[in-house]
Amino acid sequence: MGLKIIVLAKQVPDTRNVGKDAMKADGTVNRTALPAIFNPEDLNALEQALQLKDQYPGSTVTLLTMGPPRAAEIIREGLFRGADGGVLLTDRAFAGADTLATSYALACAVRKIGAYDIIIGGRQAIDGDTAQVGPQVAEKLNIPQVTYAEKILKIEDGKAVIKRRLERGVETVKSQMPLVVTVNGSADDCRPRNTKLVQKYKYAKTVSESQNLENDYLGSILDSRPYLKLGEWSVTDVEADLQQVGLAGSPTKVKSIENVVFQAKESKQLTSSDTEIEELMKELIANHTIG
Amino acid sequence: MANFYLDNSDLKHHLTHPLMKRLVALKERNYTDAQKFDYAPFDYEDAIDSYEKVLEIAGEICGDIIAPNAENVDHEGPLVVDGHVQYASGTQKNLDAVVKAGLMGISLPRRYNGLNFSLVPYIMAADMVSRADAGFENIWGLQDCAETIYEFASEEQKQKYLPRVCAGETMAMDLTEPDAGSDLQAVMLKATYSEADGCWYLNGVKRFITNGDGNIALVLARSEEGTKDGRGLSMFIYDRNDGGVTVRRIENKMGIKGSPTCELVFRNAKAELCGDRKMGLIKYVMALMNGARLGIAAQSVGISEAAYREALSYARERRQFGKAIIEFPAVYEILSLMKAKLDASRSLLYETTRFVDMYKTLEDISKESKLEKEERAEMKMYQKQADAFTPLVKGMGSEFCNQNAYDSIQIHGGSGFMKDYACERIYRDARITSIYEGTTQLQVVAAIRHVTTGTYLNMMKFYETQEISADLIPLQNRLKAMTETYERIVAKVTETKESDYIDFHARRMVEMAGHIIMGHLLLLDTTRCESFRTSAEVYINYGESEVKKNAEFIDRFDIENLEYYRMK
Repeated sequence: MGLKIIVLAKQVPDTRNVGKDAMKADGTVNRTALPAIFNPEDLNALEQALQLKDQYPGSTVTLLTMGPPRAAEIIREGLFRGADGGVLLTDRAFAGADTLATSYALACAVRKIGAYDIIIGGRQAIDGDTAQVGPQVAEKLNIPQVTYAEKILKIEDGKAVIKRRLERGVETVKSQMPLVVTVNGSADDCRPRNTKLVQKYKYAKTVSESQNLENDYLGSILDSRPYLKLGEWSVTDVEADLQQVGLAGSPTKVKSIENVVFQAKESKQLTSSDTEIEELMKELIANHTIG
Repeated sequence: MANFYLDNSDLKHHLTHPLMKRLVALKERNYTDAQKFDYAPFDYEDAIDSYEKVLEIAGEICGDIIAPNAENVDHEGPLVVDGHVQYASGTQKNLDAVVKAGLMGISLPRRYNGLNFSLVPYIMAADMVSRADAGFENIWGLQDCAETIYEFASEEQKQKYLPRVCAGETMAMDLTEPDAGSDLQAVMLKATYSEADGCWYLNGVKRFITNGDGNIALVLARSEEGTKDGRGLSMFIYDRNDGGVTVRRIENKMGIKGSPTCELVFRNAKAELCGDRKMGLIKYVMALMNGARLGIAAQSVGISEAAYREALSYARERRQFGKAIIEFPAVYEILSLMKAKLDASRSLLYETTRFVDMYKTLEDISKESKLEKEERAEMKMYQKQADAFTPLVKGMGSEFCNQNAYDSIQIHGGSGFMKDYACERIYRDARITSIYEGTTQLQVVAAIRHVTTGTYLNMMKFYETQEISADLIPLQNRLKAMTETYERIVAKVTETKESDYIDFHARRMVEMAGHIIMGHLLLLDTTRCESFRTSAEVYINYGESEVKKNAEFIDRFDIENLEYYRMK
């Protein structure tokens, strides 16, 4: 039983190690100061897809990403770890999309891909932290969704059995297919890039990237090895409505962005007595700092 | 978020040495594999790019997985469960990562699912793995044994075992026994051929076997009943799937605690003969040991790197008397010498690796087609240089590694004596490097003939002819003067023809050669990359005084003085 799996992945600025120059004076993210990386929870999602592929031989994993031309790197990263192919959704018209416009564009691309059994994405991206895109894609495709997934345990009688990580425990659910699964950061780490796959796919390129190659020989390699050609789709390719993509399709308007610096305003000294510690605990729970 | 390849530009420097162009072309048979395998390179730049990409994967695993696991692995260690080894949980995670990444069978040909890489990037990965966790290097690095199967086993055996190594099965080399350590001629493990079953059975005990419960083991055993010396020994392949070997215990060691050192009991363990009978010790173990010695040299350099980095970062952070301790001459002298020894031993490591790789690759080609006359001469030359440099880099590299580990603790002061800092583990891990795969004293035994026959002197003379930056000439002149001293001392000692006297001074002479050769290599490195200048200056200052010290000792030494040293 081979599954057709689509992994939704996003290239994001690495906000985990933010330096002083991470924000511009106008409050927007200074993308040049932050390296572009594979969104961490999307890597967890990819691992779940690859584990299904290991479990059910004959399965295929296709990456789908939307972004500027350089986001093709995400597809290559996926191929290096065991994905079978990928599509970059790129077009100036997609720029400035909020979660609604993004999920619309992704849903259009999924329809164009055609047959699929499971769509897996990370819970959320570290640049926006919305956790909305996955669920919205499910809504637009009118299929079920399972969020906060920690492990896709098995496929049984055409249904997916999934362990979810919740705030105070875990639950195991069963869902019909096709469905959308969003994966938590607590799921298994993604496997490393594989030495042979890196060598096999390092020249994989989108059509735009393969223009103006300096090395002629590389051109002939690309021609003779079709698996090195990465899908690259525009608004027209996925037959999307121009009014629903990019800035035009985004009801979210950013009013302003502030650079918030957390600062301790007052300090309190405690002895190590049990009563004082207990009082502090109560206070922190009461003001929702913990718990 | 650490990458041990990308954070150390010295590695790329050695990876892109001028000799690599020819070496890779030979290894790739002029890039003909590109037609047959989708992961084979089509030219030199493509090959180096692949080497780098693979080293980046290895570097990331070292930095993000192996190094962070090292402390727990050291505390937890492996266990024996039902006669088999259970690795520490961190070790198992490390192994899963390197296997999934495809970092096994790096130098094996593609037809057995290997990467067909030059030994240089393989040794470089070993250098990084050892920096992350020296104990894990033993388990991962035993893939070396596959080289021996590739060189000497039958095609059928190669097809059976090599793809399994590439898929991630681990190996072991079962040589040592309770009464056969440095003297392997005394091996007693019995191999008997059963006509009825058409196979060999092994019976006996092996001791101090690294990763003794590995999937595939090369076993040295006595196949010729009644013999007592090395000529009665053959090499066997034992497949754990066949059973018959149990782990009796795991040694409780001082360091490299994650690496299971096993005592093995063979009870009618089925095994296959590898290569020809009676050639076990004479030919195959020698090949195995030479590969292993290069591996230990890489391990030594990796540990040196870790020791140096720990010391450097501590010296920058630790403040005493109102300033960082790195600002005190007594501290920065130690650090700069640590770095110089590290750089010198690494340069010698990769020079040696290139020599080994050149001759082995030419030898491998000679099995496919007859070599040209010049190629045969080239192969002989590199083989000789490899034979001369392997004990030198294993011997001196492991001693430097120990010295750096010692100094790393010294920089940490009292804190370094506590278990809280990595330098304490590094110090314990370093200690074995100058002992196993032949002690430093045995490396001197192997190296001394290259002192007496002039191989080292020829290499010094060769390096003198190499083009270097004009401003390095004064340093080169000092090396030339050291070479004159070396020549004079060697002549003085050898002309006595007293073997005890020559043996007594052997280590001093071998070390003199080592200092001069490493000095030359650092000048060549500085010529290609300015960042080596400091180490070249510091190392030559150090080496020059060592050469003079040894010369002075030998000059003052009267042959009768030997009596004072002879212990009764």
